[in-house]
Amino acid sequence: MDTETSQTLDKFAQDKYKYGFVTNIDSDRPKKGLDEEIIKFISQKKNEPNWMLTWRLDSYKKWLKMSDPKWANIQFPKIDYQDIYYYSAPKGFEKKPKDLSEVDPKLIETYNKLGIPLEEQKVLAGVAVDAVFDSVSVATTYKGELEKLGIVFCSISEAIQSHPELVKKYLGSVIPPGDHSFSALNSAVFTDGSFVYIPENVKCPMELSTYFRINAEETGQFERTLIIADKGSYVSYLEGCTAPQRDTNQLHAANVELIALENAEIKYSTVQNWYPGDEDGKGGIYNFVTKRGLCKGKNSKISWTQVETGSAVTWKYPSCILKGDNSIGEFYSVAITNNFQQADTGTKMTHIGKNTRSKIISKGISLGHSQNTYRGNVSFLRKAHKARNYTQCDSLLVGNKCGAHTIPYIDSKNNSAIIEHEASTSKINEDQLYYCRQRGLSHEEAVSLIVNGFCKQVLQELPMEFAVEAQKLVSISLEGSVG
Amino acid sequence: MIFLNINNLNVSIEGKKILNDFNITINEGEVHAIMGPNGCGKSTLANVLAGNEDYEVNSGKVIFKDENLLDLNIEERAQKGLFLAFQYPVEIPGVNITPFLQASINSKLKNHQKPELDNLSFAKLLRKNAEELGISSDMLKRSINTGFSGGEKKRYEILQMSILNPELSIFDETDSGLDVDALRIVTEGINKFKDPKKSFLIITHYQKLLDYIHPDYVHVMRDGQIVKSGDISLATEIEASGYKNF
Repeated sequence: MDTETSQTLDKFAQDKYKYGFVTNIDSDRPKKGLDEEIIKFISQKKNEPNWMLTWRLDSYKKWLKMSDPKWANIQFPKIDYQDIYYYSAPKGFEKKPKDLSEVDPKLIETYNKLGIPLEEQKVLAGVAVDAVFDSVSVATTYKGELEKLGIVFCSISEAIQSHPELVKKYLGSVIPPGDHSFSALNSAVFTDGSFVYIPENVKCPMELSTYFRINAEETGQFERTLIIADKGSYVSYLEGCTAPQRDTNQLHAANVELIALENAEIKYSTVQNWYPGDEDGKGGIYNFVTKRGLCKGKNSKISWTQVETGSAVTWKYPSCILKGDNSIGEFYSVAITNNFQQADTGTKMTHIGKNTRSKIISKGISLGHSQNTYRGNVSFLRKAHKARNYTQCDSLLVGNKCGAHTIPYIDSKNNSAIIEHEASTSKINEDQLYYCRQRGLSHEEAVSLIVNGFCKQVLQELPMEFAVEAQKLVSISLEGSVG
Repeated sequence: MIFLNINNLNVSIEGKKILNDFNITINEGEVHAIMGPNGCGKSTLANVLAGNEDYEVNSGKVIFKDENLLDLNIEERAQKGLFLAFQYPVEIPGVNITPFLQASINSKLKNHQKPELDNLSFAKLLRKNAEELGISSDMLKRSINTGFSGGEKKRYEILQMSILNPELSIFDETDSGLDVDALRIVTEGINKFKDPKKSFLIITHYQKLLDYIHPDYVHVMRDGQIVKSGDISLATEIEASGYKNF
């Protein structure tokens, strides 16, 4: 590799995080650590009914008996669960503010800085936003308009109060609390997140979006999102996340459950940009997320698209359980790791019904000293007649100190299943760089262009409004851009 | 102004000497052709001028538009008005010509302290030039060079040249892998682009290309040097009896 290439790579490796500011706002926090008292405190803060508290406490008891999963290709010090704050709310949030005039202007400013204006008139046309700051939901825009269609889009805390029957029926139905230690932990201490219900035959006319922000120090964020698409409905949902720059690690352990009934479709997109740590690998978010969708009804469809650029450690496998006959599961992923970031991410497609189909497109880009692993599990159960899977995993290495790993598991109990798997690993091509530069592009522009081209198959799956953002984010993750 | 002057240029790759006291002067508006057998250093010359970092310049001087070309990196040379049409244009999957070329032209305009082109004016320019070269709008939607035939790739190079509007265009064996029809289309594109302010350096193995382009000067290259210079009759001589007489 020529010197200029390595210089540019060094520059990339010193990539700066531009969302690392802290909002100085008083927050209301109980003591550190996890015990039944804290869970009762959270439940009480949120004025939850008894069944919810019982559910939390049961989950906590399960968690006590479990240990964290160890099979992923990531290394990090043991998490001290007693050294984390489990609840943090900006002061004055005992009751959710009725409208934005009741919200602390500092909070609104924070979201403006992040490019998420909450004032409805400024909101990106056609996107409804729910913003979660530490443990509480700050504001949900466009609520009234959605209500007219019977769509429920609110914080999960609110849904527990207003739609207990739906929450009771579906919460934990896709990710049982006892699934693994992080799901048990989340079920015990989840603080907020979004809730969506789309009634029968309603096509949600706008993108629904949640923006998560960790602000307070030593705080964990345990959000819980539940999306239910009733028969024949459609919804597209986008999630974005950032956190301040700190030299200590912070834990984020979210659970997201999707349920698609007959002929329903859910499109779930994530742009994950948690603070990744500095160039020496200090600080950053530990992102242990469980995302799972259930294609419950016939002809239903769930599609996950993720652009993962942040976090010190990412452990995340958005999955689909294809139960309904003819149901479809899709997973499109771009994961970029830089400096000392570690990502172990992929998907699980479980084919249960007849003629179920799944498609996996994964693009991993490793820079600096990072490690980037794709882990996929495609299984066909006995009754999954004529089910099909197509998997394509491509890895791009930039520099020679990083690593890319592809670990696909395939398990078929049905002879009629058709499985295709393609994988490639390549280094950034010097001939391509030469070509671009001969046309007058700088080295940095050329790398960014080539990487964006490499990710295109995935980026084009994002909703239009966010595809451009994501493209920029990809470039920023490569460049030394500040502010 | 000195347009292009190469003076006693010595170049090697991995210790092997390729260009040997190479000299040439090209003035504004001139078309030069360099012919030579395989391995004589023709392509090396093209790539050294473009700034390819695989080659080592041992000694010599290259002045381009009064500036020491060897002090500039690849993109600076391009922005200054040097264009290389590649022998084998590389595929760039997922990257469309429109944002690519818009970024290219704007980097040049910026370098010359001229206002950059917005999306709309660039799209218009691209469409107009593509039409003139018989490039369909479908082809503009594809990824750069990806899955293109040899002829399509070369036409794409001409399209890029016509947008970037370089003062010096170097063609590195553009005729290789082209059938007669493709060759005609490509050379028509080059001819359309000729004007008294623009100069060309055409590197080729065969005379055929020169039948269409009509160079002002023809040079024969052997062992890293120009061994004979003349007019188009030199090309005819080579076509008849090969390189053995040089």
